[in-house]
Formats: sequence, structure tokens, C-alpha cells
Amino acid sequence: MKVILEVIIFTILVLGYAPFAIYVHRKLLGWMQGRVGPNRAGPYGLLQTIADTLKVLQKEEIIPANADTALFRIAPIIAFAPAFIVFAVIPFAPSLTFADLGVGLLFYVAVASISTIGVIAGGYASNNKWSLIGAMRAAAQMISYEIPLVLAALGVVLLAGSLNLNTIVEAQSRSVWFVIPQILGFVIFLIAAIAELNRTPFDLTEAESELVAGYQTEYSGVRFAFFMLAEYVYLLAMGGLIATLYFGGWLPPHPALAFIPGIVWFLLKALIFAFLPFWLQATFPRARVDQLMTFAWKWLIPLAMVNLVLTAMAKAWI
Amino acid sequence: MEMNLDLGLEAVDRITEEQLKKNVLFTTLEDVLAWARSNSTWPLTFGLACCAIEMMATSGSHFDADRFGIFFRNSPRQADVMIVSGTVTKKMAPLLRRLYDQMAEPRWVIAMGSCATAGGPYVRSYSVVKGVDQIVPVDVYIPGCPPSPVALIYGFQKLRAKIRYEARARKRVMAHGG
Repeated sequence: MKVILEVIIFTILVLGYAPFAIYVHRKLLGWMQGRVGPNRAGPYGLLQTIADTLKVLQKEEIIPANADTALFRIAPIIAFAPAFIVFAVIPFAPSLTFADLGVGLLFYVAVASISTIGVIAGGYASNNKWSLIGAMRAAAQMISYEIPLVLAALGVVLLAGSLNLNTIVEAQSRSVWFVIPQILGFVIFLIAAIAELNRTPFDLTEAESELVAGYQTEYSGVRFAFFMLAEYVYLLAMGGLIATLYFGGWLPPHPALAFIPGIVWFLLKALIFAFLPFWLQATFPRARVDQLMTFAWKWLIPLAMVNLVLTAMAKAWI
Repeated sequence: MEMNLDLGLEAVDRITEEQLKKNVLFTTLEDVLAWARSNSTWPLTFGLACCAIEMMATSGSHFDADRFGIFFRNSPRQADVMIVSGTVTKKMAPLLRRLYDQMAEPRWVIAMGSCATAGGPYVRSYSVVKGVDQIVPVDVYIPGCPPSPVALIYGFQKLRAKIRYEARARKRVMAHGG
């Protein structure tokens, strides 16, 4: 009973976070481009995303005549459900984890990959060539970047000696935050994470200048909203994972600051890394498909392996 | 306007009614939807001619259409407003109609500039459609050749006012009384 209540409260909090994230996204992009961003709907434009959500929810839902109807309907749910499930293993505060799994990191990586199936299913079921190309790119990108992501995270696992995310955070309280010994791993992880999230400069799955809107092209109304929701919830989940693995999760930066509750530190770190892709979006152009693949297979994976070997050597002999 | 609403509270004394007016927000579903729709008019990324340059400038730094929630979407499935920005040739007309048909309801059309409104300087050409309203129903006409970004924003304000008015008056407003 208590668990159900916790889950409901948490879901409402995350659903409340998503419009806020979209608002911050548009405001940040506006400021970086010398604009103002939304400021007419409500005070400071705070109700802008509420208006967008309401409008999208009651907009007509089109299912193309030649689409695979069943798959078309279920694809957004497959894409969106894992984004919420992965929060189960993230440690928010010293005693606030929904499922303290021994293989927490593995669980996160495994479940997060499921949403790619939703993207591919959506692109395939739309029976639209732009959607299909976007979906194929998503598949290729996901396979390419999953490997350096996990290889980079393995360095942290070696240092902490556990896949459990709580244990990883506690291991950082005994030494320094893992971003310092694992700086190479952190850079690889961050790049691979941005590619996993399909953010600029790796947003090839919905590259609007080549594919109309990628795998989302045929989606309107509620199902489109589901894809958007999944995207922004994933940003928070990935921010939480980066904060946990490399920036000490709920730990304060200095023991003297321990009077501030752990969840505040965690959310602060997670939100910084959730909003980092927005800054990158305002900065970088989009990479080409072949550049993207070359970068993953010829640079990131060898570097991640070097990082892994170096970490193992340091662990064994130092 | 909100203060003159008859709340239908005859049994409540005056002081309580005054306080109720302060604390309770009476609205209808149509009004909420109209508010949402009018504050989030996503246009289709679709340019035809020189008016499209002005349209692009509208979402740029100086004029910043994103202030009003005007946020360009690339897929017609997710767009609400089609800005016909430029000369519609007879060859382009079927494609324009198809894009309009692909948009999800509710949808609106803004005819931007003289060409989209009535053919403009090319009205005597054999290949130009004399006004886009011969192909799709137009909600707002913006004069000018080309209209400045400010005029386009004004057109959007007119569209927002129209969406809200239609919700309040429970009727569609069309150019030819249709």
C-alpha cells in the first residue's frame, strides 16, 4: 500500500517536472539566441507549456490509412514506460530508493534500451519513409552508443566494486567523487549519454532539416505528447544517473554542507545534467550519420577500453 | 468582463457573493481550450516565397515569435497553423492542399501577403492562384508585400482573438459568411 502511494506521488512529481523542463528548455534557448522566450501565457510565460499540453491532448489523433494500427497505438507507450521504470533504481537520498537492486546499473541500462524498440516500432508502424529512416537511425545510434556508455560506466563499477547505485554513492563518500579518477570515463559517458538521448549534436533521429520530424512524423495529439514526455523524463533520469555515478549522488560537495538534505544535492546535480543538453543544443550543429558512427566505433569505444584497462591497473597496483 | 458574470447565487448574501467572486474562478471547458489553443499556435515550417523570409525573421532574435508560444513544427501532423507565405502557383496548389489535409484538427490558415491573399503583383499570370482561399479556408489575411514581421505577429494576435471569440460565441467565423 505504502509503495503504491509512493509510486503515485512520484509519478505526479515527474509529470509536473516535464512541463517545467520544456519551459526551461525554451527559455534557455531563447536567452542563448538573444531572444526572450515564452513570456505571454501566465506570469513570465510559466503557463506556456500547460497551454501546449492542453492543446496537444485534445488535438485530433490521426492514424494513417496504411499504418500498422496496433503497433502505431502501442509504440509511444513502449517508448515512454521505461523512462519512468528506470527511476526505480536511482538513489534520491540516503534511504530513498524505490528498488535497491544489487544490479541497479545493469537494470538501468537494460530497461533504458527498451524505449528504442518503441521508437523503432513507431517509425516502422507509421508506414512513412521519413519515420522509417528516423527509426533505422535510432537503432544504429542506440547500438553504437550503448557500448561506450556501458564500458565507461564499468570504470566506476571497478572503483566501487559494485553494480548497486547506493553502494557506488557510498564508495564516493569514502574517497573523492569518481569524476576525478574517471575524468576520461566521464567525458565518454557524457557524450554517449547525449547520443542515447538523441539530443543535438546527435539528434539524427528527428533531424528536421533532412527527415521531417523523424520517427514522430506521423504522430499527433496524445501519442505525440507521450513521445515528448518520454524524451524529457529521460533527460532527468540520465542526469540522475550521471550525478550518481560521477558526482556523488546525494553527497554534499563538502562535509560541512551536510546539513542540507541529500535530496536537494541530488536534484541539483541531476537537474544540471538534465539541462546541459539544452546548452549544447544552442551551441553545436548536427553531426552527419557517418561521422556519428565513425566517432562511436573508432574513437569512443577504443578510448573507453583504454579507460577500463587503466582503471583496472590502477585498482590492482595502486 | 469577468466581473459582470451572473453567478446565479440568489440565496447567497451580497458580502459572501463578493468574496466568492474573489476566490472562485468560473469558466467553461470551451474557454479553457480556447485559451490553450490561442496560446499555443504552432505553425507549420512551410515557406513559399519572399514572405517566408519575413516569417523566418519573425521567429528570430529581434521579433521572437516564441514569446507568444509560436513554435514552428516540421510535421503537419503536429502543426496548428499554416502560414501561406508567398505566391501560390497552380503547380504548388495541390501540394499545399495536401499539407492542409494532413494537419490535425483544429487547424487554421493565415494568408500572409498580397500574393496569398489575392494573387498580388502576379495576379495576371497564367500560373498563379488568385488567392489561397480558393484552395483552403483562410482565417486571417495579412496585407503587405511582404508584410513585416510585426504585421505577422499582429495577424497572429488577430487569430488568437478569433479563436477565443469563436469559443465564446459558439460559432465559426468565416470570410464569406460560410
